[in-house]
Amino acid sequence: MSQYYIGILILICINLIAVLGLSLMTGFTGLFNFGQAGFLAVGAYTATILTTRYAAPFPLALLAGMLVSVLSSFLIGYPTLRLKGDYFAIATLGFAEVVRLLVENLEKLTGGSRGIPRISLYTTLPITLIVTILALWLVANYVRSRHGRNCVAVREDELAAESIGIDSFRYKQISFAINAALAGLSGGLLAHYIGFIQPSMFGMIKSTELIVMVIFGGMHSITGAVFAAIVLTSLPELLRAAQAWRLVAYGALVVVIMVVRPEGLMGSWEFTPANIKALFNKLRSAQDEE
Amino acid sequence: MSTVLQQIINGISIGSVYALIAVGYSLVYSILKFSNFAHGGVLMLGSYFGYFALTLFGMPFWVALPLAIIGAGLLGVINERLAYRPIRMRNSPLLYLMISSLGASIFLENFTIVTIGPTFRTYPEVFAISPYMIGDLYIGRLDIIIFVIATISVALLTWIIYGTRIGNAIRATSYNMRVASLMGINPDMIVAFVFFLAGASAGLGGVLFGIKYTVWPQMGILTLKAFIAAVVGGLGSLPGAVVGAMVLGVTETFAAAFVSSAFRDLFSYALMIIIIIVRPGGLLGTVTGEKA
Repeated sequence: MSQYYIGILILICINLIAVLGLSLMTGFTGLFNFGQAGFLAVGAYTATILTTRYAAPFPLALLAGMLVSVLSSFLIGYPTLRLKGDYFAIATLGFAEVVRLLVENLEKLTGGSRGIPRISLYTTLPITLIVTILALWLVANYVRSRHGRNCVAVREDELAAESIGIDSFRYKQISFAINAALAGLSGGLLAHYIGFIQPSMFGMIKSTELIVMVIFGGMHSITGAVFAAIVLTSLPELLRAAQAWRLVAYGALVVVIMVVRPEGLMGSWEFTPANIKALFNKLRSAQDEE
Repeated sequence: MSTVLQQIINGISIGSVYALIAVGYSLVYSILKFSNFAHGGVLMLGSYFGYFALTLFGMPFWVALPLAIIGAGLLGVINERLAYRPIRMRNSPLLYLMISSLGASIFLENFTIVTIGPTFRTYPEVFAISPYMIGDLYIGRLDIIIFVIATISVALLTWIIYGTRIGNAIRATSYNMRVASLMGINPDMIVAFVFFLAGASAGLGGVLFGIKYTVWPQMGILTLKAFIAAVVGGLGSLPGAVVGAMVLGVTETFAAAFVSSAFRDLFSYALMIIIIIVRPGGLLGTVTGEKA
């Protein structure tokens, strides 16, 4: 496989890790996170500062990035997740801005708007694949566990969920923390794949791309998120000429999906062998009837 | 002492622009109960309407301003029509409205970047900048004019909401849309009217902000200030939005003047977080239970 395709594959995996967290959080728990790139930035900068300055081992640096990202999720979640209303969404939007502000102005630590160059390229295909499969396994199992079902209950009707004894604040916070961990991981991997980081990589555009992947793939489907991450990461690579219009199309796409088919491409349908078999049986019986 | 007074005046001036933007956001929030992220896109395009009316068509300011306001208002109505109404009709979760507004915001911002260009543009000089001197205080003429225009507009909006028949209908709809519709109020018309008001005030805010600073495609991020103002004052409350905006404006100018302009926005977010922790209902909002 040529270097170019390996690169795309690694980028798909890195995006997918962040999208998985977002899918759990926005799709399954109903929490809208507008500032995912902020968590990526936290993970990326923490990991990078550790590897470049303190020569920390890569896995340890990644873990530290995840940890700091999770801590910041508690910082935002604690005051806002208890409240009704859009406080949380506004706070995530503000969080991404605050992170950008800090990164740009704490020049001694982060290199300011020029960023940190010459990061060792620790992110290789095998590492990325293993981590991605691990993340996928974790999220898929979490969603199907009792805890995941509780998240869906909170999404569907918070009051009803609480009345049967689900601590909605706790489940929102857990979803948010898992998302932050995955976003931090994704950021750390990204930094050590690209080889440099700067604040502009973690702007609104990045948050937008990730949330569009979740919405496009289907908010209640893990395999939908995988599919969307593959398509929406590789498509812009292949269609570089239309780069400028890509975000215009993304914006329109989000509105059209919400208006026409809010459940996204896959809805809550999962791409599993059992489901495919069921689909074929349905098709066959439809043919027989004709 | 005079620097403090000076900063308070600057803060109130920028606060009045935030108030304009926050009032529109709060109006929509009070009716449809979701954060309209596309508010920023409407604001940005309103500012561009004003800019092009002045530069490209050479209109006088007193023609360009109403044009920009009406243009932004209509844009708000179209936005609701295309991006929110179909979702509202299906009684889908509010989350979908918020996501759709995010999409509309991304679309407007990037469409502007592709068609008009990503550069910052400066308004032609509409008002003489020479400051007034009162004692040893410098007060920018522009700041005064902005403050006066913004205050009159907010007063006008308040009068529409609290003093007219349609305002009565708007408040009834925000209280309970279903019951209001049973009383012979057409909720779709009310929603359209509210989006017009919100868009118009955002457009005006955009023009005023553009005159004081610049116009650029990402200026929609300014609505983040409106969100903060609304949260500080009380989400969904109109007087709250005005008070919150003033508090925010003064906090910001003080932070910029006495601490560091680079960290100005940090103080805005800190203010919001403190309010959320100490008084989640906002300064003027009624403190409703957590599970209202």
